[in-house]
Amino acid sequence: MGGFIKRHRWIAPYALLAPGVLWLLVFYVYPGIQMFIASFWSGTLETGFTFSVSNWTNYPDALQGASAQFVRSILYAGAATLLTFLIAYPLAYTIAFKGGHYKALLLFLVVAPFFTSFLLRTISWKIILGDSGLFLAPLKTIGLVPSDFRLLAEPVAVVSGITYNFLPFMTLPIYVSLEKIDHRLVEAAKDLYAGPWRPGGAIAGLVIGGLLGGVLGYIFEYSIPVFAIAAAAAGAIIGWFFISQSFTRVTFPLSLPGVFAGSLLTFIPAIGDYVNAEFLGNPGTTMVGNVIQNKFLVQNDYPAASALSFILMAGILVAVAIYARALGTEGLTTGRG
Amino acid sequence: MRVRAEEAGRIPHEGRLPAVANVAVRLVDVVKKFGETVAVDHIDLEVRDGEFFSLLGPSGCGKTTTLRMIGGFEEPTAGLIELQGQDVTWLPPYQRNVNTVFQNYALFPHLTIYENVAFGLRRKGVKEAEIKSRATEMLELVELPGFENRKPNQISGGQAQRVALARALINRPAVLLLDEPLGALDLKLRKQMQVELKRIQKEVGITFVYVTHDQEEAMTMSDRIAVMNRGHYEQLGEPEMLYERPQTRFVAGFLGVSNLIAGRVDATAGGDWATIALDNGVTVRAPRALAEGKTRILLGVRPEKIRLYETHETVPESHNRMPGTIRAASYMGVSTQYQVDVPGNRRLTVFEQNVERATKSELWAPGEVVVVGWQPQHSFVVRDESAEAAAEEATEVAAEPFGE
Ligand SMILES: Nc1ncnc2c1ncn2[C@@H]1O[C@H](COP(=O)(O)OP(=O)(O)OP(=O)(O)O)[C@@H](O)[C@H]1O
Ligand SMILES: [Mg+2]
Repeated sequence: MGGFIKRHRWIAPYALLAPGVLWLLVFYVYPGIQMFIASFWSGTLETGFTFSVSNWTNYPDALQGASAQFVRSILYAGAATLLTFLIAYPLAYTIAFKGGHYKALLLFLVVAPFFTSFLLRTISWKIILGDSGLFLAPLKTIGLVPSDFRLLAEPVAVVSGITYNFLPFMTLPIYVSLEKIDHRLVEAAKDLYAGPWRPGGAIAGLVIGGLLGGVLGYIFEYSIPVFAIAAAAAGAIIGWFFISQSFTRVTFPLSLPGVFAGSLLTFIPAIGDYVNAEFLGNPGTTMVGNVIQNKFLVQNDYPAASALSFILMAGILVAVAIYARALGTEGLTTGRG
Repeated sequence: MRVRAEEAGRIPHEGRLPAVANVAVRLVDVVKKFGETVAVDHIDLEVRDGEFFSLLGPSGCGKTTTLRMIGGFEEPTAGLIELQGQDVTWLPPYQRNVNTVFQNYALFPHLTIYENVAFGLRRKGVKEAEIKSRATEMLELVELPGFENRKPNQISGGQAQRVALARALINRPAVLLLDEPLGALDLKLRKQMQVELKRIQKEVGITFVYVTHDQEEAMTMSDRIAVMNRGHYEQLGEPEMLYERPQTRFVAGFLGVSNLIAGRVDATAGGDWATIALDNGVTVRAPRALAEGKTRILLGVRPEKIRLYETHETVPESHNRMPGTIRAASYMGVSTQYQVDVPGNRRLTVFEQNVERATKSELWAPGEVVVVGWQPQHSFVVRDESAEAAAEEATEVAAEPFGE
């Protein structure tokens, strides 16, 4: 036996791959093929489904019927990815560089929400964001917001929910990539005159903050200028006080692999998510996941649901490919290259 | 050793460098504590402009900490740090005209060699054209032209070392700090880089503060060395001084091999010589200047300064001498190392050049009785800290004179 393995060393990698490949074949490729076939069906559950290539029209039909949800999915998932990044990066940075003895505890706290079910966590947000909930009630009593102001059932609630639910997926990869940065590289940068960035950082913060704020204002269907100005101000302050040249030139570039992994781990599940829109949104905030879920489980319209799923998958693949190309992952994933 | 025999009597003095040389780095009573640990314990130090200065000492003696305080990576618990007359104690690294070559090189892995070298100039906002010409010049200086577009993981350790040097030197700092820069290289490359570093230092004329625990490296490269032990330096001087005239037992033992025999200074009566009564009953002479003001001492002599004589040979009248018995001989090609037992249960190490003796039969053999002799100017005197401590204790406890 040992002799056999020795003589056929090339087998080893395949043997190690086998369980994973088998798993994917059974639970991914097979249902995938079946779904692909189903997307060319016509008929109903009562009459039975028939396969025909001429049913390719399922695709344009499905896309047309759910185009608004598609756009919304992209926007919501994009906004949520951006927000998780903005929250997770400082969090991961603090844990990695200032965590000291508390690193393990802080990391545990980051993943602690996973100990409760996804559904429960989302529903608890419903309570928090409710019209007279934990968050709004005090603001309303002191008159800071008008009494008919709401967060729940607004786009902002859906995006907040997604942001919260996927935060650990962003935090952990960024933490890992920051953690393995040799501190002496930062010292070397400081040794080579990389000081605070000051005006440059403030201007960059102003511009980036303004742009992102405007986009968020648009997605939240709220005042674009208000969001843009507020975010620009915040960006300028952060840029002035917190962004140093050693960060922009060394720490941040070296953490890009983590940012890349984290944003994929957030964006991909977020774009197909339907739970947050279901519990925290309104009929006007449905995402493509809601449509697919509805068609599959409520209307039993398997062909349309399958076609939508395929369009979503293909869309994500293309988007990831473009993103990877843009960030130059080959160099990034190794941290050097 | 670089000191030739005929020169050995004339010991070079610290004053050989111009006394008015400008001070590049000055540490005034600097202390650094990490919690309870005292890493640097009251150091006063002046590094002169343009010199190759080394901090030499065993692991954990505080060399890196001292260097990091000069670089600005560590703030002293107490004391003052000046660079070219300017107080920089509280300045961050990026505001100091100092650059560092880190032990593991710390090259930026995501940047090309060119961008690594250009990093400091870019931060300073130097024009692109000047950056380009200076970077090219630097890469030539460290003999790495054509490496511009490689990444740090595509070059060897020795090359990375040179890039780190170029990346620091391109900024023309007032002082270059180097923390065991050759520590990760193999012996052959190390030797080669020692010569290279010295050449580059001469060429650019920048003050180097060099940290090492390798005494040979420090000796061959440095203009002056501070020998550190437990957070402070025990002696500071030119390599020859440290070797020929160590002032403490630690320095005598850390740089090369020493023979030390306890004794007391008998008389410093007139002339150049002091008489020293060794505890083994032998009386020897040592330069008066070294013995003055001391009583309990350790008399030292380097192994290569000792000559072995046949019992019937005449030892020159002026020489120190004592009877000995060869205990062991090990032939090492260039020289032979002997262990010689002398009175008082002491054992001396003696190196004898294999100039006259070629075959093994001509070497001294274990058991042979010999006379051990050396010139009095080759004796050095080290304070006997253990005897002093013991004496102090005795007076404290009993308030009685310590009987000898
Ligand atoms: N950041 C730190 N925290 C706590 N103690 C430290 C720290 N840095 C150094 N020390 C302690 O200070 C002392 C001096 O350390 P330092 O690194 O300066 O020694 P060194 O002479 O450079 O030794 P080596 O040759 O091993 O590099 C050591 O006892 C070390 O344990
Ligand atoms: Mg060290």
